[in-house]
Amino acid sequence: MAQFRVEITGIGGTQIPVAVATFRDEDKAPQPVSAIVRADLQRSGLFRIVDAPGSFDEGSRIIIPEWRARGADALAVGSVSRLADGRFDVRYKLWDLVKAEELLGQSNAALPADMRLAAHRIADSIYQKLTGERGVFSTRIAYVTLAANRYALHVTDADGEGGQIALASPDPIISPAWSPDGKELAYVSFESQKAVVWVQDIASGKRRMLANFRGSNSAPAWSPDGRDLALTLSRDAVAQLYLISRDGGTPRRLTSSSAIDTEPVFTPDGRQIFFVSDRGGGPQIYRMPAAGGNAERVTFSGNYNISPAISPDGRVLAYITRQGSSFKVMVQELAGGSPAAITDTSDDESPSFAPNGRLLVYASRAQGRDVLMTTTLDGKIKSRLLTTGADMREPAWGPFGR
Amino acid sequence: MHITRRTLGTAVLVLALGGLFAGCSSTKLDEAPVENRNVPADGAAATGAGKGAGGSGTAQSSVATVDLPKSGAGAAGAALAQRVVYFDFDSFVVKDEYRPMIEAHSKVLSTNRGKRMMLEGHTDERGGREYNLALGQKRAEAVLKTMVLLGVQDNQLEAVSFGEEKPAVQGSDEAAWAKNRRVELKDK
Repeated sequence: MAQFRVEITGIGGTQIPVAVATFRDEDKAPQPVSAIVRADLQRSGLFRIVDAPGSFDEGSRIIIPEWRARGADALAVGSVSRLADGRFDVRYKLWDLVKAEELLGQSNAALPADMRLAAHRIADSIYQKLTGERGVFSTRIAYVTLAANRYALHVTDADGEGGQIALASPDPIISPAWSPDGKELAYVSFESQKAVVWVQDIASGKRRMLANFRGSNSAPAWSPDGRDLALTLSRDAVAQLYLISRDGGTPRRLTSSSAIDTEPVFTPDGRQIFFVSDRGGGPQIYRMPAAGGNAERVTFSGNYNISPAISPDGRVLAYITRQGSSFKVMVQELAGGSPAAITDTSDDESPSFAPNGRLLVYASRAQGRDVLMTTTLDGKIKSRLLTTGADMREPAWGPFGR
Repeated sequence: MHITRRTLGTAVLVLALGGLFAGCSSTKLDEAPVENRNVPADGAAATGAGKGAGGSGTAQSSVATVDLPKSGAGAAGAALAQRVVYFDFDSFVVKDEYRPMIEAHSKVLSTNRGKRMMLEGHTDERGGREYNLALGQKRAEAVLKTMVLLGVQDNQLEAVSFGEEKPAVQGSDEAAWAKNRRVELKDK
């Protein structure tokens, strides 16, 4: 029932060869645990999957030379068993075959509906143990689909699978934004025949109208502490930036230009807001103090730069530039690097960083469809999240928590 | 005397509008606008007359038809039936050809203060969704300002935008894009 397949292009530098044996009794669980772990590790670009035939579990005696002969540096084995309360106990062990030692041994009980999450968490543990960095396999991505004139705001696992619909509508939905705790999504819905900003609790589906002022209300962005949102309103002028409490109320105006100011995004330390303004003619990216104040221009090459995203460590800016009739994802070190194009497509939109800062998800076009891609920041490894039939756009990568 | 005053008033209004429409051209972006493919309504008649005069083998009995629109209430009715203002690429200038239509709608609103309208701005598909939402808003605001100067009260109008989200015509060529860069006047 997989909705997505993953296609990987490009070759990474060093890849760790890892074997993940089929977990004992995983066919009795609702999800193929070891297959999910293998696909996660492969998609990161940092691992090469080695075949692991045979039956093993976390208690099996491992004959290390046999696995070394297959070319594996690490091996994961495990099992799935049903508990009396209906949950599944997922156990596994990770072996370092080079040092001939056990690296990890864990046991987790998961509800049937959380089996994909349990598998992604195993992949995250393996990723962190072998690379020293935090994995993002158990995080989620929100995006919008358009199929048969119906719009849907989806929330899926970071691999694009396990998709659920948070909002279905006959009218457009744009600009989803995750709350820092991963529990809520802000977005723009046109259901009342104008742009209105909503906030929706993902687990319960309960939603509230955050901004419905005269004119258009759009481009919500959460402050890192989750207490406020920056957004674009046209109540006083065409498009200016405001700050509003997460509970709504009276917005405070942040910019006072005679131009378009939109697409605000906070830096991770909460001190600055990057945004798009055409005060200099065409749209460019600027930054200013989070409370408003003097804006400083950030992008200088090209006459159309929009949709800023800041890496979780605050060091890298990703954005979209127009080159001729093409729109491309650019990446730029904020400490003074030059901008670099990292895609070979020409209709890129909406870059969004993974919470570990290693990957970007973005919207693009391929074979006449709107598609979602992930890429490493150097552009070397890309994967396409494929779906059947729907156009996909407006991706937003969620935080670590959920 | 009564008729003269009315005529004079209209002339002043037209002059004021001329300045207003010309004044809007300062809001252009740095991108060169593409060719305007909207042919004015009287273009066909002018072309027909030119052909008749300049063609070498034209029959001497040829008669070019000039088809005038109905006068009075009929012309206002035709203008009221129009509800879409089209824009050039990266432009927010309300072109002169839409003046009769905007005047007709403004007159209805001015004489009927309980009536309200939504002005929905739209862009073509090129560029970012949020930036296009703001560009569509700017187009809707340009029409709103025009109508307010024609005597409509600000609270009778709301300018909103759909950006690139609701194209009137599907397609990725200039013909489709030209039909999508628009403001729609809708009764509220």
